[in-house]
Amino acid sequence: MAEMKKINVQWAINHAIAEEMRRDPSVFIIGEDVGGPGGPFGVTRGIKAEFGPERAVDTPISEGAIVGLCCGAAAAGLRPVAEIMFMNFITLAVEEFYNQGSKMRWMFGGQVKQPFVVRAMTAGGFGAGPHHSSSLEGWFASMPGMKVVMPSNAYTAKGLMKSAIRDDNPVLYVEPLSSYTIKQDIPVDEYLVPIGKAEVVTQGSDVTIVSVGRMRLEAEKAVAKLKADGINAELLDLLTVNPLPMEDIYASVKKTNRLVIIHEAKEVMGIGAEIAASVQEKLFDWLDAPVARCAAPFTHIAFQPLLEKHYLPNADKLVAKVKGLMG
Amino acid sequence: MKISKDVKIDLYTRMVRQRIFEDETTVNFASGEMPGFLHLSQGEDAVPAGVCANLSNEDAIYTTHRGHGCIIAKGAEIKPMMAELFGRIDGCCKGRAGSMHFADVKTGCMGSNGIVGEGMRIALGTAFAQKYNKTNNITVVFFGEGATGTGAFHESFNMAATLKLPLVFVCNINLYAQMTPKSVHIAVEDVAVRAAGYGAPGVTIDGNDVEKVYEEFAKAAKHARAGKGPYLLECKTYRHHGHFEGDPCNYRPEGELEEWMKKDPIVLYEKKLKKEAVLTDKEMQAIKDTARKEVIDAVAFARASAMPEVEELYKDILA
Repeated sequence: MAEMKKINVQWAINHAIAEEMRRDPSVFIIGEDVGGPGGPFGVTRGIKAEFGPERAVDTPISEGAIVGLCCGAAAAGLRPVAEIMFMNFITLAVEEFYNQGSKMRWMFGGQVKQPFVVRAMTAGGFGAGPHHSSSLEGWFASMPGMKVVMPSNAYTAKGLMKSAIRDDNPVLYVEPLSSYTIKQDIPVDEYLVPIGKAEVVTQGSDVTIVSVGRMRLEAEKAVAKLKADGINAELLDLLTVNPLPMEDIYASVKKTNRLVIIHEAKEVMGIGAEIAASVQEKLFDWLDAPVARCAAPFTHIAFQPLLEKHYLPNADKLVAKVKGLMG
Repeated sequence: MKISKDVKIDLYTRMVRQRIFEDETTVNFASGEMPGFLHLSQGEDAVPAGVCANLSNEDAIYTTHRGHGCIIAKGAEIKPMMAELFGRIDGCCKGRAGSMHFADVKTGCMGSNGIVGEGMRIALGTAFAQKYNKTNNITVVFFGEGATGTGAFHESFNMAATLKLPLVFVCNINLYAQMTPKSVHIAVEDVAVRAAGYGAPGVTIDGNDVEKVYEEFAKAAKHARAGKGPYLLECKTYRHHGHFEGDPCNYRPEGELEEWMKKDPIVLYEKKLKKEAVLTDKEMQAIKDTARKEVIDAVAFARASAMPEVEELYKDILA
């Protein structure tokens, strides 16, 4: 039995970065507050003390320049790990992802690689309001030439970060703020969680639930409630949204014949829309019910707690969606 | 600073190669043989020549949508470059980049850019890596005065200054941001004054005087190599052609082009070299003939190269 240690999501990310920095001198961290205070929530605390200011680089508030610097440094063979804080702030660096980092290798005929990681938080559920709570992963999931991972707990947070740092492509690493302090037993010895593979969390035969990011926690609650009502749900934690692990989803849907996707981002043009379209195209004859989505409505996320609660998907809404498919 | 005869000939040769290459692309573009958009830099030739004569392959440059001159001056091979502009598989980016998105990494040409100002943000990373790896190399980012209106200019200069990166900002003042005259979009006469706001040196020079560019850039390079951070060199010059090939240039005041043609950097330098007895007319003609042959050979190479197979669209997306 492998030795285990109880750790929260923040420290899992921290340990993953520190381990990779010890392993590979080309890895460094960069961003606003990452060095001194270790980021607004302390995820990178201690890194500057261990590795020095050359490898824990504090910058001005210049999101575009941070990601632009990552593109240039990665093309030169370094492995930057940048922090953008709240995902809304990444709007200021979409240029560098869309026009530069994700296209550079293809555009230049394979002359360069772009091995960098950008960390960003989704913060729904905190009353952080319209400028600090959005889930924008769908934008980046539609970009060829990059990867997007969304860990859901300490185990996946650590394993995916290590894989992201070792990946030779731009990786957007989406952290769930609401899970930062949730603890879990994870192996003490090194392990990786592969990019591009969904995790089967619970086996089931009646319906497949695909969860994205922190919605795994809501989906786990929903699976328990459904079980009490005699419905055996199979839960897949997507973990990667670019490239989408469609084969894992197809395999599960062939078993259960029903599919619901839950994500915190808006339903319109969301990851769920893409999955639903692909599943009906490939597996139309396997489906016993329409593919359903449990996601945010087509409006803005509110600071006001009651309105925010109404906006966000949760276990009860997911249970209702699933029951609507069982005939 | 005493400039040697060899350097003078080198400066002249770089300008001539740039000019003849671009003049040839004008012809191939007009005939419809060269696809895409074409933005040319004839008239601004002295700036890349004077800058790149101070650089090695290990130093990096970033340039703009108007970047052919910089890339040739930096030493990229002309044959794969021409093939790239023709969209052929032997182009240095396999025909995927064309004129605006060109790179030749082995000679330190780290990217042209279709997004005005964006080279500056990426250049930060190359300069960062040069410092991180404790090299003595530097990065140069070329841009026009139009790019000084972007957030990229401020963000990049500020970050280069705070991180003390070996990055030289070279601003070509060609008097137009696309088609808008400088007086409309810049509130100061000299862009170089902005460097003071970042605690960096900013120098304004005649960008049509290739020796002046060479000398002044040498100071900038020395500053950057010494670990003193960024430097802004503003070079006042003029774009002979329009914003893009096919631009009717109806926004130019009458007589403006004619005035600047008299200050053509190559014509000015030929007079100087002749006066100083560095080169005779015949020797200058021989340099032009060599460049012309090189460019004609490059066109033949490009024409002989195959079009990319459709599979190319799906290669190199991920590493």
